[in-house]
Amino acid sequence: MTTGAYDNIILSHGSGGALTRSLIEDVFLKAFDNPLLRPLNDQAVLHIEPDAKTGARQRLAFTTDSYVISPIFFPGADIGKLAVCGTINDLAVGGAEALYLSASFIMEEGLPMADLKRVVRSMADTALAAGVRIVTGDTKVVERGKADRLFINTAGIGVLNGHALIPENISPGDAIIVSGTIGDHGVAVMTHRHGIAMDTPVISDCAALNGLVNDMLATGANVKAMRDATRGGVATALNEFAASAGCAMLICEDDIPVKNEVRGACELLGFEPLYLANEGKLVAVVENGHAKTLLESMRTHPLGKDAAIIGFVSTAPKGKVLLETTIGNKRILDMPAGELLPRIC
Amino acid sequence: MCLGIPGRIIEVKDGMAVVDVAGARKTASMALLEGAVKDDYVIVHAGFAIERIDAEKAEETLRLISEASGVQVNEIH
Amino acid sequence: MKYIDEFRRKKQAQAIIERIRAMSVRRSSVMEICGTHTHTMARYGIRAALSGHVKLISGPGCPVCVTSASDVDRIIAFSRRERNSIIAAFGDMMRVPGSESSLERERANGADVRPLYSPLGALEAARDNPDREVVLFAVGFETTAPTVAATILRAKAEAIKNLSVLALHKLTPPAMKALLDSGETPIDGFIAPGHVTAIIGAASYEFLAKEYASPCVVAGFEPLDAIYGLYMLMRQIKEGRCDIENQYSRVVKWEGNKKAQEVIAEVFEPADASWRGIGIIPQSGLKIRRNYSYFDAEARFDMPQCAEKEPIGCRCGGVLKGILSPPECPLFAVSCTPQAPAGPCMVSSEGTCAAYYKYRDAEVA
Repeated sequence: MTTGAYDNIILSHGSGGALTRSLIEDVFLKAFDNPLLRPLNDQAVLHIEPDAKTGARQRLAFTTDSYVISPIFFPGADIGKLAVCGTINDLAVGGAEALYLSASFIMEEGLPMADLKRVVRSMADTALAAGVRIVTGDTKVVERGKADRLFINTAGIGVLNGHALIPENISPGDAIIVSGTIGDHGVAVMTHRHGIAMDTPVISDCAALNGLVNDMLATGANVKAMRDATRGGVATALNEFAASAGCAMLICEDDIPVKNEVRGACELLGFEPLYLANEGKLVAVVENGHAKTLLESMRTHPLGKDAAIIGFVSTAPKGKVLLETTIGNKRILDMPAGELLPRIC
Repeated sequence: MCLGIPGRIIEVKDGMAVVDVAGARKTASMALLEGAVKDDYVIVHAGFAIERIDAEKAEETLRLISEASGVQVNEIH
Repeated sequence: MKYIDEFRRKKQAQAIIERIRAMSVRRSSVMEICGTHTHTMARYGIRAALSGHVKLISGPGCPVCVTSASDVDRIIAFSRRERNSIIAAFGDMMRVPGSESSLERERANGADVRPLYSPLGALEAARDNPDREVVLFAVGFETTAPTVAATILRAKAEAIKNLSVLALHKLTPPAMKALLDSGETPIDGFIAPGHVTAIIGAASYEFLAKEYASPCVVAGFEPLDAIYGLYMLMRQIKEGRCDIENQYSRVVKWEGNKKAQEVIAEVFEPADASWRGIGIIPQSGLKIRRNYSYFDAEARFDMPQCAEKEPIGCRCGGVLKGILSPPECPLFAVSCTPQAPAGPCMVSSEGTCAAYYKYRDAEVA
């Protein structure tokens, strides 16, 4: 019996028996096929080559993230693409080159097989394009109602080519760069939620940033730290920088790239673009003298064409982010207090 | 107390309008507003159009703001 | 964005702010009634830019802040009793603490609480779940009341059987009167809420000038609206005038929106209402008329009654009336923070306490 006989995931697909095996072979192995995954052992055995130039043992970076987005398909991407890009990006912004991913699937009984295949195909395509391999994984099926269709966990291993990019490197005077328009993902997902649905041409910016990061580091610019501005948005990434570095981040509202439609949707719902999630945008802090060269290089990459310098690192107020508003006054830009909810007031 | 956003009416059908704010489009009920038609700008609050925007009055306010500030619009950019 | 960007011009905003500073000989106390004005003042740094020149008091015009803890307790008790019900609430209300919980926490405990953008969302939920009762936790002022009334009218026309409304709407002019009558709050003038006034009309504030000799400017919500509105008010204060001026004439008419007024009057009638930290203000709320009692949660269900119980030590009432500054409250920044708010003024990021909290240790130039 093959999975082709089933239109939906049933509990037996998670039993560990023949049906599990056929699901793995027909759906996952078919899409992700590579020599490391193919033996379908309980573990993948990885070769990490010594540094080509120095011969030194390479340092590894290791990360994991879980993806529970609803809906699982949204304009511009899906949960699978998100799960691959998100983990690649978590490695990339630390200065590590992503090599291998694991992928674990928690499926709700009744998940349409076609949806699963579509997600898995999207993951395979994304991984291929980004030059990473999915080498191990797991599947579980839970009873209807115990999960929301499909949850994915990915872990990633990468090698550090240069120095690790950590916020402690940040010092006053550095420039702050964002790699493109902010809030696209947040608006694309949010405006398809029940109750606040609206029409926008905005699609998720979900993308693997490893190529852009490689280009950025290749310029030789002294990049101090980077962060992908996911949940909590650019405001959260900057607050984390400020807290870790013990500096102030001064940014200018008018310099922050935001699509018009994103601004419009934010006005309607009472949101701020700076708090909205991004899935293909990074915030970088770079030595001021290198900022222009870095920016020019970023703008030649398709994922960095709207990159902009949005502000500078300063000494006070220590640990805070200060926003110069569009009318010229300054205010503290906090972390969001919790879930973003539409406001009437 | 009440978030209200200006948007342009794209169409009105069966008492519901499609309102455009910078390319984001949302439906809004017209149950509280009489006489608004396509291309009018309205204030949207909690999914309802609550008032039309008077273009002449808006110009007048902008003129008063220019006067009070001593900054003319053509000096701005 | 038309009617937005042209009201956010930096040079004009800075120039008028400078004029307001120059006009303010003593530090005038100005109350902005409306939570959305409070939001504008905070979001654009206007409050900070004018501190030392104008004392901006945030008045009781934020539905989040004025909804009494007992009303939050009641809807929570109801949702615990009627486990199969759906509670629909505006997003703003999700984190507002009652005496011991909030709708957000109740949702985590299994209640079906749906944050709304529009009251029509509650109607939709009722349509989609014909075998479940949907209760709309309806807060808000005169701007929101007609949207809820229109939703009830539509539910009636569609013969929806499973939607009801816990009407907690509040009225602005009676609250302003009560504040002035109490004499506790020194107020030199009011910035009146543009969108409430779009519904009720600027004429509704005539009593301010006539009975209280208090100047008032109805203002819009873009930064230049708020700043120019403040400028107009300061000019009145300086000249010793007390007029009802309308800065937001592109939206607000002297007589208001007749159609919306009719819809309100069809469904609601004035009633006494309980304001958080202030108490009962006569005829300051709206209740559902008997003709529509089918949609009135109070009439349909045996709604739980809860005694008014403020979190111990919470002084939001004093803050709301403008007689206390947040650091004077014993809970401030101790057991009341934006992450774990005890009182409503700490809930919304623009609440008076939340704003103070944010700036408590930062020197902002």
